[in-house]
Amino acid sequence: MNQITLTVSGLSKEFNRRMIFRNVSFTISTGEALALTGKNGSGKSTLIKILSGVLTPFKGNVVFTVNGARIGPDDIKSAIGLVSPYLQLYDEFTGLENLLVLSSIRSNGSIRAGRAEALLDRFGLAARQHDLVRGYSSGMKQRLKYAFALLHAPGVLLLDEPTSNLDAEGIEVVRQVVREQQKTGVLILATNDEDEAAWCSRRFQVA
Amino acid sequence: MSAFSSTVALFSKDVRSELRTRYALNALLMFVVTAVATILFALRSDVPSPTVLSGMYWVVVFFTAMSSLSRIFVSEEERGTTMTLQLVASPSTVYFGKLFFNTALTVSLTLAVTVLYTLVFSEFFIIRTASIFFVTVFLGSLGFASAATILAAIVAKANTRGTLYPVLSFPILIVLLMTVMNATARALEGEAFSEAMGDFQILVGYILAMTGGSYMLFDYVWKD
Amino acid sequence: MKFVKYGSLGIISIVVLAGLGIPLSPSPQGWLEFPIIPGLEDKARNLFFHVPMAWTSVLAFLVSTYFGFRYLRTKEIDYDLKSVSAAGLGLLFCILATVTGALWARFNWGSFWNWDPRQTSIFILLLIYGAYFALRSAIESEEKRASLSAVYSIIGGLTAPFFIFVMPRMMAGLHPGAKGDPSGKGPLFEAKMLAPNMRVLFYLSLIGFTLLFIWMLQMRIRTARLDYESSLEQS
Repeated sequence: MNQITLTVSGLSKEFNRRMIFRNVSFTISTGEALALTGKNGSGKSTLIKILSGVLTPFKGNVVFTVNGARIGPDDIKSAIGLVSPYLQLYDEFTGLENLLVLSSIRSNGSIRAGRAEALLDRFGLAARQHDLVRGYSSGMKQRLKYAFALLHAPGVLLLDEPTSNLDAEGIEVVRQVVREQQKTGVLILATNDEDEAAWCSRRFQVA
Repeated sequence: MSAFSSTVALFSKDVRSELRTRYALNALLMFVVTAVATILFALRSDVPSPTVLSGMYWVVVFFTAMSSLSRIFVSEEERGTTMTLQLVASPSTVYFGKLFFNTALTVSLTLAVTVLYTLVFSEFFIIRTASIFFVTVFLGSLGFASAATILAAIVAKANTRGTLYPVLSFPILIVLLMTVMNATARALEGEAFSEAMGDFQILVGYILAMTGGSYMLFDYVWKD
Repeated sequence: MKFVKYGSLGIISIVVLAGLGIPLSPSPQGWLEFPIIPGLEDKARNLFFHVPMAWTSVLAFLVSTYFGFRYLRTKEIDYDLKSVSAAGLGLLFCILATVTGALWARFNWGSFWNWDPRQTSIFILLLIYGAYFALRSAIESEEKRASLSAVYSIIGGLTAPFFIFVMPRMMAGLHPGAKGDPSGKGPLFEAKMLAPNMRVLFYLSLIGFTLLFIWMLQMRIRTARLDYESSLEQS
């Protein structure tokens, strides 16, 4: 099994001169799950964006290692899965097409149609996989985001508000995903919900 | 190799998306038809010189391009899919994928204008040196796309996109416009192919400078 | 700082006094008389103002682009303050050069605007400056504004070399030294026509305007920093 380590050191971010957070440092390795908590506007989402590589920090850095070898910025995208409210999928494609198109752009290995369908089935979207995402409800879109995030079996799974728009059945699947991810890799979730934070072995308060 | 296949995958995603949504294509076609019709009304029965004709040809191309080439980034930004792309593709993949798409769009645009001109102005839009004309149109399309793509990426991050795009593009594209107008006039006047070599050299240099510069600078535009 | 301030003011005072005050003479004797250049006469005095202004606007563009480039490398907002300060001055000098040029053109070539290569170039520089500020005002995020405007000015700078090749192919030149100019070199810079005292004063004016630009730039950067800090305290 791969030993994945994510080291965050001295991270600061400011936006339009407002310091969002200052000097965030932590280390997390395979088998661990970290809950990022903090009140609205504390920068949880910003921190998640920095960890996923779509935002560059103002100061400090994020280092990924797999079995001790550092992962360069170009390979990080195949090591990370992200579910978040500000992530959008393509309205004009069907659920299945979204997964296939995005994984072909990521081009890590072959396009796994079988895996994509299995994931859609797991998140209860099998019956609607050939419908355009435009017609999906917000809960279905959230489920599709999970299928997208897990498609390439990422070593690091980042979840921002993991259960937003989900029904009880959906939340249960997410719980399973969280449990499984902790066995094979790293999980970080940002939440204000006590129940969700309790899924994780560790907590980090973003101030 | 994998970078190239990613770029192709992104290009084909944009083509499929465009065929389904017709974000750019419909507006582009209507724009071309409207612009050519306006020129037709303005000319009435006058016979325009090759210089005027080639000038009007590229004026139509310029304004149509300005109405549609920014869609490639603006549509991602408006739908909030920019971050999704950032998660799956490296900046250079995004840049070249979008560049190919804009090139294809500009080539089809110039072809549409050419066909329309040949039909509407059949008496005086006569391409006497076809080799000059088609090389000019091809290099011109590449040049348009190479500058317009990075500017589209810039405009997508700003507020007043629709009006800002031509404002930003015109000073950058004017060198290209002057050169292609000059070369197109040569083609209409029936000059020898060798006469246009100087223009072609400028066009190739421009394409290389714009593509190279954009490639180096794209990271700063694309990533927040 | 002191040297730049008093140097620029001193030199420009000399240029104004000498450039406007030294009388013309058909057979100039010594340093205190300018030759009469056929076709230009008193209009030749504009040389000491128009050309240095155009030079300064190009210099300001280069300086602004350089600071923009530094910003992209370091992400230090101070470089953006420097870059935008230089661009603001560049726009000012660009407008001055355009106006003095148009006036000169009116009285020498018959109309305010003739689309000769250099007029076209300064027109495009003016457009690039305008687009640069239009872009800046359309972006709210400070970091984004700084990096996007830096990228734009570099892209704009990349097109500049092409003008040197493209313009002369497209249009006849009226400026001295241009291809279409019948005498080849134009009346002004032909060695015999431009008297040594005019040359000295011209180069002195170039130095004076460059120093003036540096002095104004230093002041603008200082005010930009103060503005930045005071808005920092308010927020």
